[in-house]
Amino acid sequence: MSGAFFPIATLSTSLVAAAIIFLLPEGAFRARSGLNLAAAVLKIGLVAWMVRGLSQGQTYAVEFPVLEGLAFVLRADPLGIMFAGLSSLLWLFTTIYAIGYLEDSPNRRRFFGFFSLCVASTLGISLAGNLFTFLIFYELLTLSTYPLVAHRGTPKALAAATLYLRFTLAAGLVLMIGMVALHTLAGDIRFGQREILAEFGAEQRGTLIAIFWVLIAGFGVKAGLVPLHGWLPRAMVAPAPVSALLHAVAVVKAGAFGIVRLVYDVYGAELSQALGLLTGLAVIASVTILYSSLRALAEVELKRRLAFSTVSQVSYVVLGIGLFGPLGTIAALSHLLHQGLMKITLFFCAGNYAEELGIHRIDELDGAGRRMPLTSLAFSVGALGMIGLPPLVGFLSKWYLGIGAVQAGMPWVIAVLVASSLLNAAYFLPVLYRLWFCPGPDQGVGAWPQERHLGRFETSSWLLLPALATALFSVMAGLLAGLPFSPLEWATRVVSLEYLP
Amino acid sequence: MNTAANPMLWLALVAPLPLGLLAWLKPPRHMRTVALAAGALPLATWWLLPQALEGALNGRLALGGLSLHWRLDALTALLLLLTQLVLLASAAYAVGHRRMAALDDASHARFWPLLGGLAFALGLIWVAADLLLLYVGLELMGLCAVGMMLLPGKVEAIRAGLRYLLYALVGSLAWLLGVALLLGAWGTLELAGLEAVAEPDVSTRIGMALLTGGLLLKAAIFPLHGWLVPVHASAWTPVSAVHGALVVKASFFILITLWRLLMPDAVTAAWALGMLGASAVLWGGLKAWRADSLKQVVAWSTVGQLGYLMLLFPLLAGTAASVAAMAWQATWLQLAGHALAKAAMFMAAGNLMLSTGASRLVDLAGTSRRLPLSLMTFGIAAVTLMGLPPSAGFTAKWLLLQAALESGQWPWVAVLVLGTLLTAAYVFRVLRCSFVEEAPRRDFHPLPRGMDLVPLLLALAAVGLGLVAEWPLAMLRQGGGP
Repeated sequence: MSGAFFPIATLSTSLVAAAIIFLLPEGAFRARSGLNLAAAVLKIGLVAWMVRGLSQGQTYAVEFPVLEGLAFVLRADPLGIMFAGLSSLLWLFTTIYAIGYLEDSPNRRRFFGFFSLCVASTLGISLAGNLFTFLIFYELLTLSTYPLVAHRGTPKALAAATLYLRFTLAAGLVLMIGMVALHTLAGDIRFGQREILAEFGAEQRGTLIAIFWVLIAGFGVKAGLVPLHGWLPRAMVAPAPVSALLHAVAVVKAGAFGIVRLVYDVYGAELSQALGLLTGLAVIASVTILYSSLRALAEVELKRRLAFSTVSQVSYVVLGIGLFGPLGTIAALSHLLHQGLMKITLFFCAGNYAEELGIHRIDELDGAGRRMPLTSLAFSVGALGMIGLPPLVGFLSKWYLGIGAVQAGMPWVIAVLVASSLLNAAYFLPVLYRLWFCPGPDQGVGAWPQERHLGRFETSSWLLLPALATALFSVMAGLLAGLPFSPLEWATRVVSLEYLP
Repeated sequence: MNTAANPMLWLALVAPLPLGLLAWLKPPRHMRTVALAAGALPLATWWLLPQALEGALNGRLALGGLSLHWRLDALTALLLLLTQLVLLASAAYAVGHRRMAALDDASHARFWPLLGGLAFALGLIWVAADLLLLYVGLELMGLCAVGMMLLPGKVEAIRAGLRYLLYALVGSLAWLLGVALLLGAWGTLELAGLEAVAEPDVSTRIGMALLTGGLLLKAAIFPLHGWLVPVHASAWTPVSAVHGALVVKASFFILITLWRLLMPDAVTAAWALGMLGASAVLWGGLKAWRADSLKQVVAWSTVGQLGYLMLLFPLLAGTAASVAAMAWQATWLQLAGHALAKAAMFMAAGNLMLSTGASRLVDLAGTSRRLPLSLMTFGIAAVTLMGLPPSAGFTAKWLLLQAALESGQWPWVAVLVLGTLLTAAYVFRVLRCSFVEEAPRRDFHPLPRGMDLVPLLLALAAVGLGLVAEWPLAMLRQGGGP
């Protein structure tokens, strides 16, 4: 009984919150915020309970048939709960941030309703127990993010939202065709039933390879694999909390998580390696990492630079998947979490600069470190983590990727890692330099584009605290990586439990 | 066999007639009156479902020397249930609509007997197992539908309605000729009897060609859809909802029933019908995308969505049993999902137009803030039409794709993909207009809560049906499949 209760209850927290938010009147600010925060805290509690239960060997699953031979399956496995944990933790912080960010702006009911729906979709994605269920929530995610991207209603926002839809709906169809083809071939494969495809004979190899790449093309759009990444930088017109969520856990990560599920839980690492699929993934990921780092270098707008940085960082996950062996897998899974924590911090900070000082371009950041020291500290933690400075989490990911590459016999990947770290440094360090070392308006040089005094501290506490919290989390995830329930430790546990050959 | 079952069924079928007449004399003022008066009908069908599954419901009506065959099996019982629910929703909506649209009392009163007649005709079509009974149902349905379209009394409504009447009469003529040919050749009008004796010889083929032409015309299948969009342009919202959701589907139902019985192996002809469906999907989608007014978008979308149903013909003819079973379930699921979603969409569009007082897409600016519930309903209904999860349209599309891939009929995969993209294009064109913020302030008339609630429930039912699809589909399989 409790096995079915927890997945449904966890999913319901956000779904019910969304439904009630849509029913509340626009002006019910306090009720809406209270409900949102309560639901987010409740959800973290439920996920934490399942984490505890899973580590004690309990199972949480529920399923019912939708068609003959095809079921809707929600199941909390160690990998899924990892993603669910990230999603519910970041929902709380993003909600706090969004409450502060959208203060006094119109259409907040619509915003928070779809925001909750979006989070419900990511939770559904993490708990989905087969590709069919995954697809349901994956498409729900597309639908619920459209109003968020279009939120401001300006021609630019509407154009970006339309572009986003063109990419993601087309990708969803490609994904669906691939899944139906796989279903026709092998029936309903539950995640983890790797033996089903492994038993196929040599005559099916071509079909399996073709289906794999069709599915990767479908996932690749959301994951931002070059050349399917075109929508992502444009979607930056969305409000800052949306960008933060999109880049850290929702859309982009959903694509990457889909690739994780496909390789480890449907095809299995051995079969993927035997079919030569992993090398292909590693190559695509490397191209994406290098290309988008170069593009990031050329951007002068802060949010757009962060967007291209996301494209490159998420491909570290794909690169880790491409490295056959436990270390590459650990790198992929832990980076899924690490990148989320770092990137959401960076986006929160970018939003703070824009809200408090009206800063959108990098060359306007001169001296912002003295004006907003805590925000800038959080930004620096995120940026240095992305570069891979020890002992921050980004270093751990890169370290495991490096030794994973050696283990997989792909030493050229190390060259990619070095080059990308240099590029990361090249596009983040100048930002830090401007923040901390260039004289700015507070020293009498120039003026802030549009300064507002939003709160008692350097900016509104609603905006400041989430950024500090996620920065703190990303520092702790690095410092305390050896302790139980840290992202790295959990990823290692997932790998040793399920994926070790 | 349960002796109470047969009278119960006929009571449920005939009851709409006196109810309609009653409402003509004394039009209902509240939605709950309608719900109380007609709410028992779906319950009766619900109660009949288990017996319909066992195949216990069939028989003959003896009228003088004429004996008319009828039966209620799993499929038709579910269709009857669907019909009753959509009609009930439309009737409830019509009560609110009259008040909001300030309709003339006399012409509104005439809506009720026509609705009752339509309900009876549809029920007759579902249970008929006999070409003559089918003819009666088809004619009555066509006349009631035309009558409802004429109700607004405006010049363009009358012009479009009379054109509809002309098309319907031509269709009936073709149907009668076809029936006469079949009767002359095989000496029976009973469907089961025809299936047993009829051979696909020349006279059967010519008869079937005539029947098919007539039905395609009545079902508004491309390229015979010309009458559909103009009649919706000036029709009342509840009339459009019933028409788009049910009336055109009834002709499709008769068409597929006849083809299965008389021409099960005509692969080439089935492919031709499939190609018509494919063209309908593309043409309807394109026209809906280019349409300027909200109602035209929804009406053209019906033309396109009907095309999906036609894909059943090539997927049934000469394919493996597993493919046929999948396509069969997919089609009925698609039909049910579309019926619920299209009724919801017509009502939501009607709400938006009533509330803003305008019908062009550009006039929707600002509705996302002012009329979130109607817009949300429109969006949820659109999820089913686009075939995105979780919805009946999605589950049906999954099955259709599976059937197309398994039988190697690749063209239909392309049709499904293009159809989905076109649907998304016209749906999001509407939603996009509603998101525009810098709009001239206009007066929004508040709507009674029931008018928002009815379409919302229909749209949610279409979505929910996608998740519980196994329940009706298991009944379909148990009831014998294709």
